[in-house]
Amino acid sequence: MKALAARRHHRYAPAVLLLLALLLTGGLYAVLAPQVADAAPAAAGSDDIATGEKIFQANCATCHGPSAEGTDAAPSLVGVGAASVDFQVGTGRMPMQANGPQAPAKEVQFTDEQVEQLAAFVASLGAGPSVPSEEMVDPAAGDVANGMALFRTNCAMCHNAVGAGGALSEGKWAPSVVETSPRHIYEAMLTGPQSMPVFNDANLSPEEKRDIIAYIDAQREPSPGGIKLGSLGPVSEGVWIWLVGIGLLIGTSVWIGARSS
Amino acid sequence: MSTTTTRTGAAAGATADYLDQRTGIGTAVKTFARKIFPDHWSFLLGEIALFSLVVLIISGVFLTMFFVPSMAETHYEGPWAAMNGVEMSEAFASTLRLSFEVRGGLLMRQIHHWAALLFMAAIVTHMMRVFFTGAFRKPREINWVVGFVLLILGLAAGFSGYSLPDDVLSGNGLRITDGVVRSIPIIGSYLSYFIFGGEFPGQDLIPRLFTVHVLLVPGLILALVGLHLLLVVLHKHTQYPGSGRTDTNVVGYPLFPTYTAKAGGFFFLVFAVIALMAATMTINPVWNYGPYDPSPVSAGAQPDWYMLFLEGALRLMPGAGTEWVIGGYTLSLNVLIPAVVVPGILFTVLAVWPFVEAAATGDKREHHVLDRPRNAPFRTAMGVAILTAFTVLVLAGSNDIIGAQFSMSINDIIEVFRVLFFVLPVLAFWITKRICLGLQRKDRELVLHGHETGRIVRFAHGEYIEVHRPLDEHERWLLVQHEARRPLEIEPAEDSRGVRRKGYGRDRLLQRLSRLFYEDRVEPVTPAELAAAHSHGEHDTIAAPERNESTRLVGTATGGSGSQEGSATGAVGGGQHLVEPETGNPETDARNR
Repeated sequence: MKALAARRHHRYAPAVLLLLALLLTGGLYAVLAPQVADAAPAAAGSDDIATGEKIFQANCATCHGPSAEGTDAAPSLVGVGAASVDFQVGTGRMPMQANGPQAPAKEVQFTDEQVEQLAAFVASLGAGPSVPSEEMVDPAAGDVANGMALFRTNCAMCHNAVGAGGALSEGKWAPSVVETSPRHIYEAMLTGPQSMPVFNDANLSPEEKRDIIAYIDAQREPSPGGIKLGSLGPVSEGVWIWLVGIGLLIGTSVWIGARSS
Repeated sequence: MSTTTTRTGAAAGATADYLDQRTGIGTAVKTFARKIFPDHWSFLLGEIALFSLVVLIISGVFLTMFFVPSMAETHYEGPWAAMNGVEMSEAFASTLRLSFEVRGGLLMRQIHHWAALLFMAAIVTHMMRVFFTGAFRKPREINWVVGFVLLILGLAAGFSGYSLPDDVLSGNGLRITDGVVRSIPIIGSYLSYFIFGGEFPGQDLIPRLFTVHVLLVPGLILALVGLHLLLVVLHKHTQYPGSGRTDTNVVGYPLFPTYTAKAGGFFFLVFAVIALMAATMTINPVWNYGPYDPSPVSAGAQPDWYMLFLEGALRLMPGAGTEWVIGGYTLSLNVLIPAVVVPGILFTVLAVWPFVEAAATGDKREHHVLDRPRNAPFRTAMGVAILTAFTVLVLAGSNDIIGAQFSMSINDIIEVFRVLFFVLPVLAFWITKRICLGLQRKDRELVLHGHETGRIVRFAHGEYIEVHRPLDEHERWLLVQHEARRPLEIEPAEDSRGVRRKGYGRDRLLQRLSRLFYEDRVEPVTPAELAAAHSHGEHDTIAAPERNESTRLVGTATGGSGSQEGSATGAVGGGQHLVEPETGNPETDARNR
């Protein structure tokens, strides 16, 4: 104790204290943070729809109503179809963590099987778009050039030319689609989640949707020009010319002109 | 080994002699080689611009070999799958070929574009250095204007080059340009038809921009760079204040060998940094944007950074209620004000600043020693205010990127920036000016009292003092070398017979301007004050700064209302307090007349 008391005026003491306080806060948060309500054991064994209903009652009914008929806080889910559930829950957007301009894609809270069961329950409430097959969303089967043309006419104004994402009004945003799985991209086009418009099969045929998926998939390749700088266009290029270009060269200037008196 | 050297030396000598006998170049080399340049890193900022211009020309010549400046329709067939079979202009197709099929083509394109961004950034940084150190003062006003025109030409070069590939992003920029041109009252639509050769986008624009970009603008830039450098040589280089440096000398090293080596080396370093960026970082990936088509606009559509302030002004301007229809003609103030008036004000202020400051200072002498920014508080504060407004506009031009990346509402960002655009420059001006004045007071304090040593001594009779270490001559020189600039004093409105003086109105206006510049000031320590501080025991002056403050205000009133008050208080004399700046010292007053 005496050694501790002697060192309490050490110049690093505040830093050490701050570090300890942060560790403590972080540790407490990890222990006390709310956990996901998991009322449905995966091995229910019973009918998918029945299990799905249980999952729904435990996780979704608070906002969407006990029979998914909707409340003031959230829309009715009758007729939204399995595709919608697979997208919203499968990307972690639902259950929504907090009220806000838009539901962010957070960590997925259910297993794939649970998502399927939930989707089966919601699909049973009324007819709606179903989850596409593997073949319908296969990027290898799409036409990249046609996808480019469709993407820039239909998607780029919100999602950016290569799908890196962009801002919408009032704090909403069009997320980056580069990391989104082909199935979820297809479902998003089909169901129009949140601010996104619906692109039904009359707007964009299933083949055209696949072309768009092929174009997005092509964006996962590295850029021929080097680091992509977020694919955000001239703004990020401007940031880098000042940070790296002018930064390095001013450093160089100081080095060359170092003999100043 | 030695024979080789001798032989080489002899050959070099013979060549030099051959040239000298025919061109008389020896005199020029001799003059240039012994030209003295002062040493400071900030004097190299202009060189960054110069060297990136050289890189631009080298890479640009390469690009012209492969670029086809034509808007004729074609269909791309090549290695970039996303564009296969897509209808596009020859210009865009040749840009794709240049990027993916020409060996080293993409690297050259990226070198060219990064060098362009660097060129503009270096020009702006160099301009800031010149502005904040007052290097634009006589005799360099003309060279400031030349540099300013180079800045505008740089913008023109950047914009025309940015538009050449005929991709969606640059096409969006051209569409905005078209809108801006059309917003000019009366002649707008005619001007737009004139520029685009008919309705936008037409068939003529790319070839026209190409001529502007590879011939007209670079030609003008090269000519003006020549003039810029010639004037630097004629004027000799400015130098930072320091002991031994005056308005009549230049302290530094000769061009040969010191600066030829340094500048030569620096060229390769600039080239290296550009090449490093071009080799590792994608810039303007036109293959992502696709060929121009007036219908699509992608999220995150912005111009290059140097044009971003215009984009920002357009984004901040409220649209509702600012478009008036007068007698069947539309007056688009929502475009005219942000895209024509705002840059018009910015550029006018920049262009005329040296002349305005010269008028406010009433100074016709040459200046070769630079100002320390703190010693010109109004100028420094104005510079920071202008930069602040510029930065707000740049950020406003990036509002969607900021909104998306930092999860903020774009609507709120716009509202906040609308307020900040007016408030922040004023705040920046005020804070900067206060900081400058504070630093000047600190300098005074340091000169009069020396460095604090932290050593406390108690005398036998019980008095405590802190020992101060006086400044050495070199330190003191730096802190007292500048002259106090004061508001102009003008002749009274009426002469002794009560007749109104001709030209009084103009003088009065100048005086107002001058007061704006120099009303608030802290004067450098005069020799008399220094002597007084040294003769009166060292340490009875703890209250000095406060006294300094109050006398300074009195002094301001003196400067403003003529000299009667000054001579009245002049009787007080300079030795009463250690810090007694302008109230009483007849000597300091005399310097202003």
